[in-house]
Amino acid sequence: MKYSVLLLSTALGAVTALGLSTGSVAAKGKLNYYCSAQEDWCQLMAKGFEKETGIKVNMSRKSSGETFAQIKAESRNPKGDVWWGGTGDPHLQAAEEGLTVSYVSSLRGELNDWSLSQAKSADDKTIGIYSGALGYGYNSDLLAKNNLPVPACWKDLLKPEYKGHVQMANPNSSGTAYTTLATIVQLFGEEEGFEFMKGLHKNINQYTKSGSAPIKAAARGENTIGIVFLHDAVKQAVKGFPIVSVAPCEGTGYEIGSMSLIKGARNLKEAQMFYDYALRADVQSRALEVKAFQVPSNMGAKTSSKAPSLSSIKLINYDFGKYGSSAERKRLLKKWDDEVKTLAK
Amino acid sequence: MNRTVLLWMIIGWVGFMILPWYVIEDGFWGLEWLLDGYPLDTDYGPAWAQIMEGGKFWLSPFPLFLLLPLAVWGRAKSDPLYSLILLVSGTGGLGYLLLQAFTIGIAGWEFQVLETWYGVIDRQYGVGYGGLLVSASFLFMITQGIAARGVINGDVFVVSSIGLIVAIVGMFIFFPVSRIMLSALQNDEGLFSLLSFTTKISHFKIWGLGCLTSNVGCGVAWNSLFLAIVVGVTTTALGLVFALVATRSGFKHRKLLRALTVLPIITPPFVIGLSLILLFGVSGVVTQFVADLFGLVPGRWLYGMPGILLAQLLAFTPIAFLVMIGVVEGINPSVEEAAQTLRANRWKTFTTISLPLMRPGLANAFLLGFIESMADFGNPLVLGGDYDVLSTEIFFAIVGAQNDQGQAGVLALVLLGFTLSAFFIQRRWLGKKSYTTVTGKGDAGFHSILPDRVKWPIYSVAAGWTVFTLVIYCMIMFGGFVEIWGLDHSLTFKHYITAFSIEITEDGFLWTGSAWNSFWTTITIATVAAPLTAGLGLLTAYILVRQKFRGHDVFEFGTMLSFAIPGTVIGVSYILAFNVPPIELTGTAAILVLCFIFRNMPVGVRAGVAAMSQLDKSLDEASLTLGATSFYTFRKIILPLLRPAILAALVYSFVRAMTAISAVIFLVSAEYNMATSYIIGRVENNDYGLAIAYCSILILVMLSAVLLFQFFVSDRKATRRKTLPKTKTSTGFKESIA
Repeated sequence: MKYSVLLLSTALGAVTALGLSTGSVAAKGKLNYYCSAQEDWCQLMAKGFEKETGIKVNMSRKSSGETFAQIKAESRNPKGDVWWGGTGDPHLQAAEEGLTVSYVSSLRGELNDWSLSQAKSADDKTIGIYSGALGYGYNSDLLAKNNLPVPACWKDLLKPEYKGHVQMANPNSSGTAYTTLATIVQLFGEEEGFEFMKGLHKNINQYTKSGSAPIKAAARGENTIGIVFLHDAVKQAVKGFPIVSVAPCEGTGYEIGSMSLIKGARNLKEAQMFYDYALRADVQSRALEVKAFQVPSNMGAKTSSKAPSLSSIKLINYDFGKYGSSAERKRLLKKWDDEVKTLAK
Repeated sequence: MNRTVLLWMIIGWVGFMILPWYVIEDGFWGLEWLLDGYPLDTDYGPAWAQIMEGGKFWLSPFPLFLLLPLAVWGRAKSDPLYSLILLVSGTGGLGYLLLQAFTIGIAGWEFQVLETWYGVIDRQYGVGYGGLLVSASFLFMITQGIAARGVINGDVFVVSSIGLIVAIVGMFIFFPVSRIMLSALQNDEGLFSLLSFTTKISHFKIWGLGCLTSNVGCGVAWNSLFLAIVVGVTTTALGLVFALVATRSGFKHRKLLRALTVLPIITPPFVIGLSLILLFGVSGVVTQFVADLFGLVPGRWLYGMPGILLAQLLAFTPIAFLVMIGVVEGINPSVEEAAQTLRANRWKTFTTISLPLMRPGLANAFLLGFIESMADFGNPLVLGGDYDVLSTEIFFAIVGAQNDQGQAGVLALVLLGFTLSAFFIQRRWLGKKSYTTVTGKGDAGFHSILPDRVKWPIYSVAAGWTVFTLVIYCMIMFGGFVEIWGLDHSLTFKHYITAFSIEITEDGFLWTGSAWNSFWTTITIATVAAPLTAGLGLLTAYILVRQKFRGHDVFEFGTMLSFAIPGTVIGVSYILAFNVPPIELTGTAAILVLCFIFRNMPVGVRAGVAAMSQLDKSLDEASLTLGATSFYTFRKIILPLLRPAILAALVYSFVRAMTAISAVIFLVSAEYNMATSYIIGRVENNDYGLAIAYCSILILVMLSAVLLFQFFVSDRKATRRKTLPKTKTSTGFKESIA
């Protein structure tokens, strides 16, 4: 009998005692920072802010979809304070579902128009911090090896000689690919746009799950052409991979990397300080230190010569309000599933 | 008065009077609360202070339930009132505790209707240590009450163990999973709708059969099912091959082989997939070589079913091996010798005696391979191509552009349906036969050597597979030492330096490498989780095999459930369930440990069940007859004979805690980041060098841990005599396969 008590109490004690040992010492000020950009950029922002203000930053990095799922799941008892980075659609969706709060920073005067229009379409619940144009990149070695012509436009990708050489992500799983779908629809009109997607489908060798996977595969020679954001393609080129990026001649869409304050934040004051910090020109200029080639939203921030400048690319007037809404998204994705994905290749 | 009852009563009172009732935001073990206004502060107060000072009047009935067990004073256990009193105290207390915990939450009343009836009420936070002890006290009052009624021969240890397991499995598996399953039944507006559920679950994306008639892909359900069956069968076969080579051949380097088969199991996800790409991808080494040699166009065959299959076989064969080896070793040689004495040749002995006796192992290994394949996430992600499987679809239904939790719930239901069917088919196949081969009777002799007909094919399969595994691992190790894997192969240490640099200053060591933080967290959590997982798993196995009680099968099913659910679903459901009171765990290390315990416990259970069904019940009966308690028997008789199973459970849970990803990715926090989630970040960034350097270090750590476990939990001591006895005595031939 004695043993049974001993065993059961140790078992029970152990199962629970290991836990709850959060052990964290509450510093004077702290900030729970959700980041959806690349890891080293997230670190740079966290360390820089910590150094300047003395506020302890707890960072957690996840993709924008994962972060959105987490904020939604935590909505009744939020753990995060500020959400920085990641493509704009989940930020807009979070605003739509009331998971984030509005904030008007004093630095708005320094920002580009596209950044402010992002804020406007979500009642100031989110704001643009960087932007990047959509396009594609190709592996120049593989292109030459297979004697393929150099593509320059969206419509070039429909040529039969590219069969099995093009990769894009599945718009059901990737925000990048959804931006592609929405861009094509806005560029060519819905009917012709879907004809384009059907034609493209014949040349696609694989729909990847993650948005930047096609260009990474191209970098390693596993694929020839990948439809991605141009800054992702530039990044592979800078690393030394034989990647050439193409801004399609018909014009193209773009993403707005965004930032939001989480509703019910426990450290709202610190979160607002971070918000202002992240919009400053000198802070945004530091993105180049980690090879982030997106276009900064502060007009005074430095850009790289390697980065695709938005002014030289023909950009469409992308309607973030409409194509970021869940209803339109669901409709387009269903249509793509029913009409494109089910086609034989 | 019964000492156990008294003890649990005291524990309950400690929980009520001394420990903080609610969870403490800055952590209990920081002990800051002791200096910060305890006991009257409403954040830290024990229950009595919460009632007096904090206005939490609804806690006041607890003393009543806690005092009630005093009424058993002087009563005999056989007195019907004895058990009745304990049952009333326990069920009443626990029931009321749950009722108040689920109806009064972080914003007062949880249900709008209660607020309109009773008006606004104060809010309460998650249950802390005080509440925990009180709940435990109530729980064990119930089990003692049940035991006193004579259930399971009035064995308090067994009844309490069952009670404990049921309670925690309910709390950490059923409760969170039911949260996400409910969302499968909801339509887009969040209302329950059978129509939307039936449309969703019968969708062609799940059940489509396009692949049979054209080159459009089949539904995800068929894809997953087909893959899982092939993986289950093949890993079981390979596991058997390796187990035979390791135990029944004259092969000299058996130990090495054993270590080698463990390699894939300790490899973090993605790595096998990546090295397969570098070997067999379009620009892979092997592909290019073959293409140049025969003038072929490099193909994309790796991306899709063949690639996933290959990677999963590499990853899951060792699990089958770990299950099989315990069973193959456990077969009593005297049965085989008896067959040979009766003039069966070695082939006949193998096929009619050895192989049938391995059925529990085969069935369990298949089940594990099947379920692992169903729930695997990393390999399909890297190598899947257009071959969609359930696990990745679930993940992207939640985190992808759709953000459709309901769809994830529906897919999770389909997946669960498959795994549960596999579970029931496995049980039917094993049937009610006896596979007992380890008995208390003297069993003589050695395992018979394999017949040649079996030996050579097995040797060649094992050798081929070993070489393949070695090549993969050379690729991986190599990848950590080159500038950019696949592009610039100049040698460098820079990845290791970035991740694991240490600076020596006058203050001592400074861990400056970027990986140290997640590294130490991972080690700590895995070390805490492994023994708990193994202990819980084996205890469950003991109860399942040795005890007969009503609801036995439901109990078994419940303990297997978490394994059949993919990590992603567990991850999201843990956030949904444990982010709000009554149990607030998100952001702590505890949620990671708990997740690992309940995810990996089934392996301990399966290994334990497979090994235990070989132990003759007369062994424990002898011990029980001699007056030992069931706990003493478990500890002194069963456990020592279960060493291979303990080892398997320990190794597996330690390793899985270090390599799991899909559930973990939702549960890591800034403070408690895990190695795998750090590695994924590097892979996403195309920093393969750093990711692989980190993986190599992890592999080394796990390898040493495995050796360490092996050292402490040495082989089962009940092995046979090392030399043949001079005069042969006939041994009992009890082990017939009925």
